Amino acid sequence: MNPVIQALIIILIGIGGCLGYFYLSSQLLDKVLFPQRGENAGRNINRANMIRPWLFIFPALFVLGVYLFYPVLESLRLSLTDRDAGDAFVGLANYQQLFSDPKFWEAMRNNTLWLIVVPATCTAFGLLFAQLTDLIAWGNIARTIIFMPMAISWVGASVVFMLLYDIRPVTGVLNAVWMQFEGGVGSFLFLRIFPAIILLGFAAVATYVCYLFLRPFFIPEERKGGIISAALRAVAGAAAAYLAVLALLNVIDVFTITLPYGKTQAWKTIPFWNNFFLMAVMIWVQTGLAMVILSAALRGIPQETVESAIIDGAKPFQLFFRIKIPQIFGTIVVVWIILSVGVLRVFDIVYTMTFSNWNTAILANYLYRKLFNDFDWGVGSASVIILVLLVSPIIYWNVNKAR
Amino acid sequence: MDGIVEIKSSLKKWVVHITVALLVAVWLVPTLGLFVSSFRTTDQIKASGWWTALFTTEQKEVLRAADPDDFRVADGDVFTVSGNLFGEGSSKKITLWGPSSLASDAYVPGEVADLGDGESITVQANGDYVWRGNDDQLSGHGQRVFVTVRAPPEFTLENYHWMLFDKQNSQRMTKAFLNTLTVAIPSTIIPIVISAFAAYALAWMNFRGRALLIVAVVAGLAVPYQVSLVPTLKLYVDIGIGKSYPGVWLAHSAFCMAFAIFLFRNYMAGIPREIIENAKLDGANDFQIFIWIVLPLSIPAIASWTVIQFLWTYNDLLTGKVFLIDNTGDNIILTEAIIRMLGPYAGQWAILSAGAFISMVVPLAVFLTMQRYFARGLLAGSIKG
Amino acid sequence: MSAIKLTNVEKIYGGAVKVLEDINLDFESGELIVLLGPSGCGKSTLLRMIAGLETITSGTLEIEGQVVNDVPPAQRGIAMVFQSYGLYPHMNVHKNMSFALELAKKSRQVINTTVTQAARMLQMGPYLERLPKALSGGQRQRVAIGRAIVRDPKVYLFDEPLSNLDAALRVATRIEIAQLKESMPESTMIYVTHDQVEAMTLANRIVLLTPGGRIGQVGKPLELYTRPQNEFVAQFIGSPAMNLIPGEVVGTGEQTSIKLENGGVAVSAATTRSSEEGLKVNVGVRPEDLVETDGDCIFEGKVSITEELGEVTLLHFDRVQDKDAMVAKLPGIHTGLRGNSVKLTAEPPKIHVFYEGVSLYHR
Repeated sequence: MNPVIQALIIILIGIGGCLGYFYLSSQLLDKVLFPQRGENAGRNINRANMIRPWLFIFPALFVLGVYLFYPVLESLRLSLTDRDAGDAFVGLANYQQLFSDPKFWEAMRNNTLWLIVVPATCTAFGLLFAQLTDLIAWGNIARTIIFMPMAISWVGASVVFMLLYDIRPVTGVLNAVWMQFEGGVGSFLFLRIFPAIILLGFAAVATYVCYLFLRPFFIPEERKGGIISAALRAVAGAAAAYLAVLALLNVIDVFTITLPYGKTQAWKTIPFWNNFFLMAVMIWVQTGLAMVILSAALRGIPQETVESAIIDGAKPFQLFFRIKIPQIFGTIVVVWIILSVGVLRVFDIVYTMTFSNWNTAILANYLYRKLFNDFDWGVGSASVIILVLLVSPIIYWNVNKAR
Repeated sequence: MDGIVEIKSSLKKWVVHITVALLVAVWLVPTLGLFVSSFRTTDQIKASGWWTALFTTEQKEVLRAADPDDFRVADGDVFTVSGNLFGEGSSKKITLWGPSSLASDAYVPGEVADLGDGESITVQANGDYVWRGNDDQLSGHGQRVFVTVRAPPEFTLENYHWMLFDKQNSQRMTKAFLNTLTVAIPSTIIPIVISAFAAYALAWMNFRGRALLIVAVVAGLAVPYQVSLVPTLKLYVDIGIGKSYPGVWLAHSAFCMAFAIFLFRNYMAGIPREIIENAKLDGANDFQIFIWIVLPLSIPAIASWTVIQFLWTYNDLLTGKVFLIDNTGDNIILTEAIIRMLGPYAGQWAILSAGAFISMVVPLAVFLTMQRYFARGLLAGSIKG
Repeated sequence: MSAIKLTNVEKIYGGAVKVLEDINLDFESGELIVLLGPSGCGKSTLLRMIAGLETITSGTLEIEGQVVNDVPPAQRGIAMVFQSYGLYPHMNVHKNMSFALELAKKSRQVINTTVTQAARMLQMGPYLERLPKALSGGQRQRVAIGRAIVRDPKVYLFDEPLSNLDAALRVATRIEIAQLKESMPESTMIYVTHDQVEAMTLANRIVLLTPGGRIGQVGKPLELYTRPQNEFVAQFIGSPAMNLIPGEVVGTGEQTSIKLENGGVAVSAATTRSSEEGLKVNVGVRPEDLVETDGDCIFEGKVSITEELGEVTLLHFDRVQDKDAMVAKLPGIHTGLRGNSVKLTAEPPKIHVFYEGVSLYHR
């Protein structure tokens, strides 16, 4: 049957059926089961009102149960079975296989890279744009342009960037720009100094973050939370310190490596750095989201706090970092989390641009390959469970906030 | 306003303007490149970058006079071949030309180049030429002419025609286009009723376990939908619907339902309590309150979510691949279609960019008209987690 | 038959917080009762319990003789006007007023007549097609009242209806509400406010609730003013608040003499038994009841601050130890009293004696 006709029928049935269900069940409750007349009127009405919420919720619960909660359990079960052996229960064998697969660790390493770079960059740029666009008259137009990539598909965005990265300088803007560098002053400025500054800045921020995480250990008054919280903080602090050191080491590299001037680059294939070229797509798209949310947060800051700071003599930079950012810190965290959840889900970018070649795979791609290319549901489900585990701190944090 | 107090000197303001302009340009460049490229021919793309396409450019080209064996005309002892180097009418203009690569800019239009022994050629600015010579000279291949050409911007719709309408193109996108709409629209409409009712119950009805359910919905927000792919597919196969449109509609609806309930619930909870109480006093039961009061007042939230969901399902790849696209190729959707083009059309950016842009037209249109709702929905969805 | 009767009503939140306690009230039909009290005393909660929007933890609520504890709000024969009016933003005035009737499946004709009638009563004819956002605060208020009238209830409930209006509008609307009540002599109205002036001007009777959720006093407005039954009522009604001075009973009989802590002697019209000599009491006298005197006085002190309002002059005296400073309200203009020593006295009926918080006039 023509899908369009099918669609119309299903929509009509769907919506009509839903409305009908809600209406009729409500009527049933009120007229038949717990009539609102007679001597038990009061009691009946109260009973009906106790049951009615569940009538309203039931369809949604059912759908969520079938499509979200049951699959979690089923994935768990599948991860413990081996499809080739006739669905036999094999315990943790799939996980062992998973952990001994170098492709898996490659995906994890890349994912970690993505998780660090993308949310941080998007948030930083988003904040910058949000503040800057607020100051100029054509800010709204600027914001629309930056926000626009959110409307297109990941695949479309990937194609856009593939054109950008094309190896022919006539087609790909990046190579056209690259070919202009010949090792002279300009090259030194842009390709040595500039990255060095960025790395140093990153190292500084990482050190500051490390300090923030480890502070409570040294200042007793600031301790809160139990052992788990302290352990997590220690891990986060150690990770931040590691990154700071790594960045500093890379600064040296920046000045010493020989750059292949004059040779066109296949950006997607450069070992390690190709990940960043893929991340650029996500950053290009998601910065708009960060900007919109942070812009609203900035607008929500009470003007009085800004004005009294100005009267106290604060300069714009101080105003920004010491008055504004602390007040929207909660929103910054939320944005970070939303972006992180996105990073864990998106598989289209890698799928389109490199198809997981050249060591660019991230977990979502690895997962897809295992499930739908290799049809290995055991190991694939195991990797799904790993994905769920990675997301679980965020789920935990969300739930805590909701209470 | 911030601006008045903070920006004290006009220099500072200029810095901001320029910085933002630069950043906006950076953001615009990628899409612009694709857009412009989709209107150029493959030849144009090979010859120059899209960033020059908007301007009149100067290029060097090698053109050839017509084949003398076919086209020479006798004029006494002398033969001539005349015509136009550009073929059919073109708006290009020759600024310099020459008969050999070494002397490629030796002559201006109108001059006559002496090729020796009485052979000569003259070229006009619009490409008209006259080539004279005797029998021997005007034989074999047409004379090559090296020209410097000024070409105004030239655009074409042939790429779009090829991708959309040309029946010879087996990868025509019209079908994918319709299929994608067929996926997106029902997937957007179906969840609304179910989510709205559930959201109302969680916002305004008092019952035990409500807090727990709210927490469950919030937890469901972050659960990655990849979890659901294989189990649900297995379920579909067991039931017998396998890969199908209803299957993908339900899958899309389910994956976004937690977000819908979350968004609607937050919005509904913001309706002033007194309005709901007034309705209760007026004698409305929960169903009537929902239909006549809460639902009409929640339309902004529903509109926002509809935009978000439509864009999400339209642009989706993974869910469509898993639950709909099979081996027949009839059920292909736009995103998958683009990926399938990357192989056969690798490097052919004229076609690829047109194809990519076709997939972007509807989302961009929706975005530009409904931007406010889109942004509000994303904002509302982020406020509480 | 009483319109509303509350017997031993209590309200406890979450099993622990007692918001209302020992509420026994009996309202006749046709009365305008004001529930008065400071913030948090439970007056709104009490109103909402009568409406059915809050559950009654224990005790019974009867409306026209029928126990309605479990009856849903819409079936209790009441109508409520909310503080923020609660108008349906997406419906015009006409629809706002007719919504309840439509739910009750009344005919179009009946609906139209009823709505037009109510609109005429409130002079809202020209606004029927407008949406709430196109109305001013006062107009929205009238729509809220109109909505209540349309339902023809036995009891009207008002929850601080004037607090969202500015001062001038408040006075005008207050008078309108009084006139409305006059035009509906059979209807019972229960009106919640924290504003004394509203209470004193509108009420047939006032129910004054204490911060602990108990009834401080029930009675006609002037009764609460002239014969407050306890210190809370005495100090809540009247502005500035009644002065309370600790003292000891030195003379008993038809009149009681009390020697005050600050040295003065007060003679009160309250009667005491001889066994009550030596009782430690608080003497209460309103600032406006104090007059200047040269002879025997209740109080002598140095004026620290004067507030000359033209209509009256307020004298604030130095604080003694950590008790509240004495305040006197003299009629008219008195200049140059600052820094002077002044003697004050009051007539016996105006002198209240409170033993353990309860007025001796209330025995």
